[in-house]
Amino acid sequence: MVLKINGKEKNIHSSDNLADLLLELEIVSPHCAIALNQEVIPNSKLKQTKVHNGDNIEIVHAVGGGL
Amino acid sequence: MESSQFKIGDRTFKSRLIVGTGKYASFEETRDAIAASGSEMVTLAVRRIELDKAKDSILNFLDPKLYYFLPNTAGCFTVKEAVMTCQLAREAGLGNMVKVEVIGDEKTLFPDNEATLEASKILVKEGFQVLPYCTDDVVLCKKLEDVGCSAVMPLAAPIGSGLGVCNPFTIKLIHEAVKIPVIVDAGVGTASDACRAMELGIEGLLMNTAIAGAKDPIKMAFAMKAAVHCGRLAFEAGRIPRKLYASASSPLDGLINTP
Repeated sequence: MVLKINGKEKNIHSSDNLADLLLELEIVSPHCAIALNQEVIPNSKLKQTKVHNGDNIEIVHAVGGGL
Repeated sequence: MESSQFKIGDRTFKSRLIVGTGKYASFEETRDAIAASGSEMVTLAVRRIELDKAKDSILNFLDPKLYYFLPNTAGCFTVKEAVMTCQLAREAGLGNMVKVEVIGDEKTLFPDNEATLEASKILVKEGFQVLPYCTDDVVLCKKLEDVGCSAVMPLAAPIGSGLGVCNPFTIKLIHEAVKIPVIVDAGVGTASDACRAMELGIEGLLMNTAIAGAKDPIKMAFAMKAAVHCGRLAFEAGRIPRKLYASASSPLDGLINTP
């Protein structure tokens, strides 16, 4: 299936939920957060949140920044 | 000598300096400059993870036992973007105190005050402790207090400009008008600016570029730590009033006479 992740289309092979998607993308940081189709998904619900072809996903983390 | 502690929301601080973590040459320099600043709260931005790059994180260089995190909404131009960024920051484990910025003009980076007020209102209702970046407008700051913000953060000059405190009188008026802490945010260029800002009686000062952009950020961080402390002590000590004419500080009695 093809997902739009952080603005880029990406082929996803083995994930049907957000927790597995993070593993497939090799994102292991505990300090990331996900929005699915413009809605922020609580970290406690990643496993139960299914992804579907064409979904728009944002995966963010903290970076240096001031103002 | 210690100055008094201060409180924002449910957090208590000894240091009145809050520092940003942007614009440093490396994570190591960020860590060292922040340690030198003595700050207890640091701002962070929230951005997309770069999927195909090494995923080292600034959080590996900032001990959460030493620092409170203050995620910001820098770069947001709409209420929706700002609210969503705060929600993401909370899910990313950065806590529920947020610095809300909704930028209204790219050239000056002045905030969109109307959108800032709206975003603050929504975020307070969602349980966030909101610290909004705003212009030096007394009425706006009172409205931000009314909707439940934990502090107000009026600018002293445009972000990154280093112009110093261009508006000491309005900052003072804001400080008189609201009961929540006033944190001056943006505009400081060097240590004397920081000192002068603190002498106005504001509760705290937030800066990034003045330290990160200095030739020697670590040394400037030390200077800012001292300046903020000195400014606060001077405010608490109470300065003498300004007078037009001289007033001798040696006694006039007992002067010698010459023929």
